[in-house]
Amino acid sequence: MSGFSAAIAIASKDLRTELRTKESLNSAASFALVILVLFSFAFDLGRDEFLAISGGLLWLVYAFAGALIVNRSFARELPNDCLDILIASPAPGWAIFLGKAFASFLLLMIVELISLPVFGVFYNVPWVDSFFPLLLIMVLATWGITIAGSAFSAVTVNVRLRELMLPVLLYPLLIPLLTAAMEMTTALMNGESLGGSNSGGLRILTAFDAIFTALAVYLIEYILVL
Amino acid sequence: MREKLILTLGSLGTVLMLWVIYRVFLGLPAEILQGDIYRIIFIHVPAAITAYCLYGVAVIASVGFLIKRNFVMDSLAVSCVEVAQVFTLVNLVTGSIWGRIIWGIWWTWDLRLTSQLMCFLLYLGYLLLRPAVSDPTQRGVMSAILAIFAAADIPLVVMAIRLKNVRTQHPQPVLETGGLDPSFVAPFVVSMVALMLIGTALVLIRLQQESTRREIDSLRRELHAV
Amino acid sequence: MHAVAADRVWKYFGDYPALRGASLEVAQGACVALIGRNGAGKTTLLRILASLSKPSKGDVKLLGLEARSTEARSRIGYLGHGIGVYDDLSAMENLILFARLLGVEKPAEAAKSALERVDLWRVRDGLAREYSRGMRQRLAIARAFLGNPELLVLDEPFTSLDDRAIGVLQQLLSGARSRGATIIMSTHQIREAMELASDVALLERGKMIFAGPRTTEMMLDPGWLYRTYAERRPGDAPA
Repeated sequence: MSGFSAAIAIASKDLRTELRTKESLNSAASFALVILVLFSFAFDLGRDEFLAISGGLLWLVYAFAGALIVNRSFARELPNDCLDILIASPAPGWAIFLGKAFASFLLLMIVELISLPVFGVFYNVPWVDSFFPLLLIMVLATWGITIAGSAFSAVTVNVRLRELMLPVLLYPLLIPLLTAAMEMTTALMNGESLGGSNSGGLRILTAFDAIFTALAVYLIEYILVL
Repeated sequence: MREKLILTLGSLGTVLMLWVIYRVFLGLPAEILQGDIYRIIFIHVPAAITAYCLYGVAVIASVGFLIKRNFVMDSLAVSCVEVAQVFTLVNLVTGSIWGRIIWGIWWTWDLRLTSQLMCFLLYLGYLLLRPAVSDPTQRGVMSAILAIFAAADIPLVVMAIRLKNVRTQHPQPVLETGGLDPSFVAPFVVSMVALMLIGTALVLIRLQQESTRREIDSLRRELHAV
Repeated sequence: MHAVAADRVWKYFGDYPALRGASLEVAQGACVALIGRNGAGKTTLLRILASLSKPSKGDVKLLGLEARSTEARSRIGYLGHGIGVYDDLSAMENLILFARLLGVEKPAEAAKSALERVDLWRVRDGLAREYSRGMRQRLAIARAFLGNPELLVLDEPFTSLDDRAIGVLQQLLSGARSRGATIIMSTHQIREAMELASDVALLERGKMIFAGPRTTEMMLDPGWLYRTYAERRPGDAPA
């Protein structure tokens, strides 16, 4: 069995168990919605002022939801010592990792796509007009969140206070990615396009994704086989 | 032998630093544009440079640990990170004071201060993770991964801050205005040497502590096994 | 070629050596009972043999291959302390997944025959979470024997098994032996292990202080090994 088939088998396993229990989907989606509502109480802004922070707000919500989802990623291997069995199997470490990262990616995309219309409705934001560029940003940034998050999920799997430790470690690392996503989203909400001065953000997103995917895949064997 | 080394390095560093302070405060005239506060540059910048050197050593030691699993490298990494954090803090505080005097604000999100703050936050995560992992091998591996990830993030942070400042047209205070006057060069260089010596002495002290701690840990395990 | 060739294996946790130059050679087709007190390093050694962990020093070859190689891992079955199956998948789904990861030719068939051997075929679509404890244990055993591995690494497999599961395990073990598989298992239940074992290895504080064929003396009096080879410690019964 090739590495890629192993990755797909593991990704399907994660998705199947998650769709069956809906544990992290429910908690991440509810959390995202609650935060969206909370922010609307926190800020009493006019429409123009609000559009200036729209990207920031949306990606904060997505970052919080993302931490919840990646936290579960390796944590779900702990009961019954399943992680040991995966590591002892012929599946390469990078396949286990990419399979889980991809599953988390899909789950986070689902949460994001659910939250987007809610965001649009509560805050009166014109996201529909720029949906496809926005989707591009979402895909690139979400991959970055899940790849770095899954790496940290593997690192913190046996650590005390994992639920607290993972966000504390992850968010500083994600700042460049989130900044770029926030800037570009705000630009899109204000009717600008992604070309010209806004394209720097795309460079950052792709650089982040490339660097951390490569690093994580290369280093995962050290994390899993101690 | 080691104590003698620490003592020598530390005293030499301190003596040099005292010389620098004397030269800087009494020997040099006030600058035309900035008044007396410019003198802080003689600590602000060397502190940053020393911090970067120490982070660099920490990353190299981390990679070395991953390859060789030699716990001395792990101890070296954590000692360097801790001392580097102190120097980064010095850099941040002096930068903040300088900003307050010159522009009337304690903080500005300019490229240098922000990237230094990010460095501090990323490696703060490193220091927070360590006590949360009880197994020494796991602790060493996870910290090493974190140190490498943090270092890889720094260039992305710089890119992101530039992006943000381009969009929002944040004021860009510049710390240096061209080259250094010849009479400044000597105290600047000496200050760097002094801080590096003090930094090295601190790292050696910390290394000593780490080696004692490893010994105690291993004795404790031995005791439990019996 | 030995099934297991561990040469002077050291494993450090920090500065503490859990294994100190432990060596073990296991011929193909043998069944080794790995015994030793708590803290001797049995689990540490077995985890290294199952490719879960790397030795700090020393060389390990499994079935003539490097320990962490993909080829070796596809021919080894491992049963550790945890049952190693997913609670939210059915028994069939669990075994198909692991069969696929093992690279077995026809995963569904392998899963079916494994479930039949442990008598769980009728309840194959039940989630592992819903199983009784004994059923979960049998599922774990089914997983470890998936694909008829050539080398079985079992960490205290008889501990906390119910009678039915013990029966199933003994059956599978003798089936594996007749196929020529090699078994290495750690145990506290020396009596049961002695019946199955062809060889015995005694690990004491990280060192392999005895490794050899099982003798009648050991079978009749399991404590004999400790008395003959292990160091005296304060609080031990007199020889």
